Amino acid sequence: MSSTSKRMRALVATGAIGTTMALVLAGCGARAGDDTAGAGSSAAASCVDTSGDTVKLGFLNSLTGGMAISEKTVSNVLHMATDEINADGGILGKKIEYVQEDGATDWPTFAEKTEKLLTQDCVAAIFGGWTSSSRKAVKPVVEKFNGLFFYPVQYEGLESSPNIYYTGATTNQQIIPAMDFLAAKGVKTLFLAGSDYVFPRTANAIIKLYAANLGIKIVGEEYVPLDKDDWTSQVAKIAAAKPDFIFNTINGSSNVGFIKAYYDAGLTPAKTPIISVSIAEEEAPAMGHEVTGHYASWNYFQSLKTDTNPEFIKNWKAYPNSSGVTSDPMEAAYISLYLYKALVEAAGSFDVNAVNAAAKSKTITFDAPEGKVTLDGENHHISKPGHIGRINADNQFDIVWASDKFIEPDPYLEGYDWFPADIRKQLTDAAG
Amino acid sequence: MAPLLNGSAQGALLLLAALGLSLTFGQMGVINMAHGEFLMIGAFAAYLVQQVITASNLSIPVALPVAFVVAGLFGLVLEVTIIRWMYRRPLDTLLVTVGVGLILQQAALQIFPSQGVPVEKPRWLDGQLTILGYNWPLRQVFTILLATVCVAALSAWLKYTSFGRRIRATVHNRDLAETTGISTRSIDRLTFFVGSGLAGVAGVAASLIGGTNSQMGAQYIIPAFLVVAAGGIGQLKGTVIAAWAVGVALSFFAYWTTGSLAQVLAFILVIVFLQLRPQGLFTVRTRSLA
Repeated sequence: MSSTSKRMRALVATGAIGTTMALVLAGCGARAGDDTAGAGSSAAASCVDTSGDTVKLGFLNSLTGGMAISEKTVSNVLHMATDEINADGGILGKKIEYVQEDGATDWPTFAEKTEKLLTQDCVAAIFGGWTSSSRKAVKPVVEKFNGLFFYPVQYEGLESSPNIYYTGATTNQQIIPAMDFLAAKGVKTLFLAGSDYVFPRTANAIIKLYAANLGIKIVGEEYVPLDKDDWTSQVAKIAAAKPDFIFNTINGSSNVGFIKAYYDAGLTPAKTPIISVSIAEEEAPAMGHEVTGHYASWNYFQSLKTDTNPEFIKNWKAYPNSSGVTSDPMEAAYISLYLYKALVEAAGSFDVNAVNAAAKSKTITFDAPEGKVTLDGENHHISKPGHIGRINADNQFDIVWASDKFIEPDPYLEGYDWFPADIRKQLTDAAG
Repeated sequence: MAPLLNGSAQGALLLLAALGLSLTFGQMGVINMAHGEFLMIGAFAAYLVQQVITASNLSIPVALPVAFVVAGLFGLVLEVTIIRWMYRRPLDTLLVTVGVGLILQQAALQIFPSQGVPVEKPRWLDGQLTILGYNWPLRQVFTILLATVCVAALSAWLKYTSFGRRIRATVHNRDLAETTGISTRSIDRLTFFVGSGLAGVAGVAASLIGGTNSQMGAQYIIPAFLVVAAGGIGQLKGTVIAAWAVGVALSFFAYWTTGSLAQVLAFILVIVFLQLRPQGLFTVRTRSLA
């Protein structure tokens, strides 16, 4: 812990010295905010200084507390992407200099650190967050200071902000493909098991509506608090309901308890397979029981055969402190930094308004490990391919289903007529 | 039938987690918030044993005593370095041990993969026992047996051995125990060792039920304290009954409602009970109640 904070302090210190030197050398540096003063931004003038040969970015991940389990990997892959971009000449010719902050699995801390990164460190953009709660904490702050936040995790959708870019899947890129897959498989009955917070609740609301449309019967729905691992009582209900499939929206370590209770009760993937939206390459070997034969719905899998994936995997395996396997959320975090680079270079400026304008007026793409993703400049999400993988004995995923094309992001599910407007409003309000 | 059997197993796990606390909190009056992290240490010990002994059939039985000793040693270090200065200040032990717990959590996060580590259950726990049409997982039967063995061993040890007698003497009246020649310092250390070691055993059981990671201790510590308080401080039989009752209540509520609501309802029940009967199920006059 102390070594981390020391490193952070050292970074902040060198950052400050670097900035001061740059200012001295450049005399009066151009400020990113000046470019478009009067462009309609109501926020305070930006203190972002890109007059030197570096650009400062903020990484905001929980390195301590419960979410460190997941967010450390995101932080690591952001560092890797930084090294790659810097080795390749940086963004607009400026090397990235990052300030790593610890969100500490505490949502008010996420808000405080966001304000610190924007107003004291004067970073041009912030990358990170994992839980929806952390994103909801960051949102009002980046909106107030007209900053930029890049959020890398699949989530419940029903959100859009001029100051946030979403590089993970929204529901129509993960949940709906999973349901299409189940329908194609001829599944008739489905049991919903989830952790008790906004993502599973919203996802299941959508699943129930779509299931009715597809003629799939929901035979049960169970939730357990995120911080509880014991699924015994709920699995007993599942065993009694005998569904064709289980749709699993459980998150974190509670998944381990669910899988253990599942096998304890004598359920098997041959009769009652599980489709998950949060078990990826990194989680599968940590279950304490082989999970071969179960399914997961993601956009990216390590097993995907794309042009850029082999190199991504190779670089990640060689990266210090890497987990050795690649997975969807970390790939989305990797995309986020490159997407920012593409946006800034299209805009020719680090200024937030210029970046947002470029997002709207130009086609921003990135050759991601999952394939060539395109940014939707209106809703700030990206197009993604839908994939269903089946876990094999090496805890890798065999791709068993893929969407025919990249799925355009539709966070409010406006293109789906089975999703009524009143439910949309109700869920959007509930999500805050 | 299902909720009753499931609940008994849930209660058994709670009991394992609470058993050590009923010694350190109940008998010694130390509020050890790091007890959950000792449980975590036991679970990680099980993982490490599985790295050495790869056959899970053998590794879990070996892991139980190993986890007991490892967690016990951590407890001993905590007692010798910190707790010993705070016996007359229970609230200070609370603050200090919260800090110790956070340090242990972060240490686990630094040492082990952040996603947590897998602990496999032995093959002989595959399968179910069919009771009145319900397929009762053998793993649950194992948790209940383990808890029973631990309770029996602990109460026999307290009752029949000279160590046990000296512990009870120290708890009842420290000064008088000292005048009869009992080294109360070494008794304190021993009690804390055993109490923490029992958390380690609970950790092995917990590793077969949920995830083994830096955060796992947190989900057991509050229910364990509630169980000890509801059972009556310093009372082993009270802890046993309270743990079973809470486990069964949790399971029945989960059966009738949802998992989240069950947590709320079960603990409302405990709180209401403690309002009506603050001294818990059973009472005994101990130093810690003075």
